[in-house]
Amino acid sequence: MIHQYKNNGYNIVLDVCSGSVHVVDDLVYDVIALYENNSPEEIASKLGQYSKEDILEASEEIEELKKMGQLFTEDEYRDALIPKDGKAPAIDFKKRKIVVKALCLHIAHDCNLACKYCFAGEGEYHGDRSLMSYEVGRKALDFLIANSGNRVNLEVDFFGGEPLMNFQVVKDLVAYGRSKEKEFNKKFRFTLTTNGVLLDDEVMEFANKEMANVVLSIDGRKEVHDAMRPTRNGKGSYDLIIDKFKKMAELRNQTNYYVRGTFTHHNLDFAKDVLHLADMGFKQISMEPVVAGPDMDYALTDEDVTVLREEYDELAREMVKREKEGKGFNFFHFMIDLTGGPCVYKRLSGCGSGTEYLAVTPWGDLYPCHQFVGMEDFLLGNVDDGIVNTKVVDEFKLCNVYAKDKCRDCFARFYCSGGCAANSYNFHGNLTDAYEVGCELEKKRVECAIMIKAALADN
Amino acid sequence: MKHIKTLTDKTLQSTMEKGGCGECQTSCQSACKTSCTVGNQTCENK
Repeated sequence: MIHQYKNNGYNIVLDVCSGSVHVVDDLVYDVIALYENNSPEEIASKLGQYSKEDILEASEEIEELKKMGQLFTEDEYRDALIPKDGKAPAIDFKKRKIVVKALCLHIAHDCNLACKYCFAGEGEYHGDRSLMSYEVGRKALDFLIANSGNRVNLEVDFFGGEPLMNFQVVKDLVAYGRSKEKEFNKKFRFTLTTNGVLLDDEVMEFANKEMANVVLSIDGRKEVHDAMRPTRNGKGSYDLIIDKFKKMAELRNQTNYYVRGTFTHHNLDFAKDVLHLADMGFKQISMEPVVAGPDMDYALTDEDVTVLREEYDELAREMVKREKEGKGFNFFHFMIDLTGGPCVYKRLSGCGSGTEYLAVTPWGDLYPCHQFVGMEDFLLGNVDDGIVNTKVVDEFKLCNVYAKDKCRDCFARFYCSGGCAANSYNFHGNLTDAYEVGCELEKKRVECAIMIKAALADN
Repeated sequence: MKHIKTLTDKTLQSTMEKGGCGECQTSCQSACKTSCTVGNQTCENK
């Protein structure tokens, strides 16, 4: 299977199952579209603008790459996953042992902002305000160590609500985790997601010493940010955080952090927000589409997709320009590692929610991920008893690209890995569907990311 | 080649044999949280 597209003057051909990427001229681009189902003579008759010699020459190059396994490669992974003749598949997701390697610790179900799009319902996850105690957090880390098998790298994200509203417990849990590393041969990678309101010199110093990554929430331009991220008394929060985020980014040497925003129906020109952050000097930027039901005025609509696709194109072109001028920055959703990315196993099995990645509530309940918190059907267990709802875990175990009709033949399946399970559930009521708006945007992002690689290789 | 410039040759199949160690970062722990961006994670089993 191949995926071919034109973007920013480049003709790009992705060989989906090998991961090979080619930039081709117009001749090969046109021939390759007909190659599988037509003889060279038929192609010549259909492409009258080219000579027969040119078409033969193009066909020879295509054939050579095909023989090298870099074009029209078959999907051998599907066979490895699907039982044949009553025999178990080579990769049996159902039998995979649960090894937990990452926890999203909901250190505070409370927030000092009232962001309108918050999936946590202004920090409270549709429940009561609550802070995680040190005792619950310690049990969560013990649970992680005990269930992580041979994994050395363990990830713990301090999330909320706003985790800095419970900073002392964050500090104490980091100290506890570090005290266990040597004994159990584990390495904790702590991360922190914060809205910045309580960020001060003490927090920065601590975070820069202990946090492998810090996510700083900001939506871009002041008016965009303030409209969606007000304080509890209705005022904008941009001025409260911008200078602190700039300082934090510099203290971290412009690496191992993200300024991360959310764009909505109200700022479809989100590339301006990304560029605003870049103009402020930030080098690590993430901007995600809001995920919300159609009853929300800020929700993205099917009609928005066309505008957003063009916006991604514009952002990609500007990023290439800035990179060539020595003013480049990193955009999380355009990151793609064409040579050293994840293995096929990971690409097929997805984000790991409900299996290797779990969320922990302030009172110690376990959920498949932060987005399922508060949905009682998805309660998996707690930090005292571990996972008890194995039926739900089994459902997540089977979440893979080939379990999803919409993903099976999609060119982007090895990049998004079947998409977000929570989005699937929220829009379709099951884990093996896909959220269409998200899919269309992800496909565009993969195309742009590859185009940027092509443009930067073209000097 | 005259008409084709290859940016990346085949990379996925070989990871079937040595992949699956699980030491790499979980995608939602980076800067994700509402989408799924596995493809931009880096392999830690080189």
